Amino acid sequence: MIINKETITQLAAVQKRLDGRKLHDYRQPLLIETDISWTAEGSARVQIGETVVMAGVKLSLEKPYNDTPDEGGIMINVELLPLSSPDYEPGPPSIKAVELARVVDRGIREAQAIDLKKLCITPGEKAWFVTIDIMSINDAGNLFDAAGLASLAALKSAHFPVVDEKTGAIDYKQKTEKSLPLRKEPLPVTIYKINNSLLVDPTREEEETAQARLTVASDAKGSISAMQKGGEEPLSIEEVSSIIDLAIEKSAFLRQILTKSLQ
Amino acid sequence: MSIVVNERDIVIPGEALAEGLDFLPGDNTYRENEKIYSKVLGLVSIAGRVLKITPLSGPYIFKPGDKIIGEVIDILMSGWRIKTGTAYTAMLSMQDASSRFIRKDEDLSRILAVGDYVVVKVTKVTSQNLIDVTMKEPGLHKVNGGRIIKINSQKVPRVIGKKGSMISLIKAHTNCDITVGQNGLIWLRGTPEGEQLAAEAIKIIEQKSHQEGLTEKMEQFLVSRTGKKIENYMPEESSE
Repeated sequence: MIINKETITQLAAVQKRLDGRKLHDYRQPLLIETDISWTAEGSARVQIGETVVMAGVKLSLEKPYNDTPDEGGIMINVELLPLSSPDYEPGPPSIKAVELARVVDRGIREAQAIDLKKLCITPGEKAWFVTIDIMSINDAGNLFDAAGLASLAALKSAHFPVVDEKTGAIDYKQKTEKSLPLRKEPLPVTIYKINNSLLVDPTREEEETAQARLTVASDAKGSISAMQKGGEEPLSIEEVSSIIDLAIEKSAFLRQILTKSLQ
Repeated sequence: MSIVVNERDIVIPGEALAEGLDFLPGDNTYRENEKIYSKVLGLVSIAGRVLKITPLSGPYIFKPGDKIIGEVIDILMSGWRIKTGTAYTAMLSMQDASSRFIRKDEDLSRILAVGDYVVVKVTKVTSQNLIDVTMKEPGLHKVNGGRIIKINSQKVPRVIGKKGSMISLIKAHTNCDITVGQNGLIWLRGTPEGEQLAAEAIKIIEQKSHQEGLTEKMEQFLVSRTGKKIENYMPEESSE
């Protein structure tokens, strides 16, 4: 709706938003629920306002890649379900789905969040591979943060399945007490720029209005593991540094909610 | 020979409402084998011997004379195509859009561009759902500023209220201009806070549309949010 876009732009200049929130407020309810699926080793459902995302972690035993014979691996897939938004269609992943998967993947991979060496069982032969599947249940904006939060919650709730020592077969119906070797907990936060104001947690209309966005994945210590710029307009160095400060502050806020929900 | 439902019961499609020939099927009902059934999900209303259902959901059905809000999606040789939020698009022809003379070589996008919103009135609906609209009457115009929200079109009568009571109440408490399209698009313009409150109030009405005494509840809500009570919010002559 072009009318609403114009209004969003005008309001952003005076630090206001269409839904009455402050620029740096997340929508409510912000809910994180884990262990929602018994077929996955770890799973989570994240709700930010009307946006709902589900993530599942599957573990399988595979042969390690030739260049890293002593490491396991991670893989992240995103599916934007047609029912979650009128813009999504069935078929091969769209550019948006690929970008979302890669941004979440890079946040976790580049932070070396999972100790891949500990996933190796026999070097060159057998290692655990982690697959995270992310699905949009309802897209009301800000899938980046929701997907990142859901993947981390799913990883934290994951437990290894029981492996038969003689045959090597995996019994997915039984879970051990052992959880994934997580070293860091990166969370992506996406900051949008509209009319020279920076805001978090956009609605769909705000996403469409935004001139630029920057996703910053940072861990509990505030060290940055990955960034991704989107949108048509450039960002100045001052803007990038204030975005990073804001992103680290907001990732601490999300981390606090995640810790509270997992207790 | 009896009625099996009560006034304001919620019924589902295919649910029996009455037996025998004492009652007559009204809107959204049908008779089969001496029984009257509901066609839709909705509330029962009994008017004498006639049974009617007020639907709770469903698409907007075009009626000549309805004021609707639409988006311009295409510029044609002699007019504009308007998206109406239903399965059908409407046609706004050049002579119905502007009262001034439009030259042969004039750029139509200077009058209405793709993406503009317009408040228009339905003039003609054919059996094939080809819809003609006009923008030439008072109160019909291109939308400028403010915001547009979308609600279920079946709830539009509740948002307007009896003789426009609900809409006048919201207008008076939020100081917003509000235009309600019968197709469920609503245009609000006022201060950002006023627009926000009006949008919130309309969403509440949409959710609680089947409750009785909603106008009083909404008045309480608006007074509690604005902190001031406004008497006689009804205009002298309602235009809605």
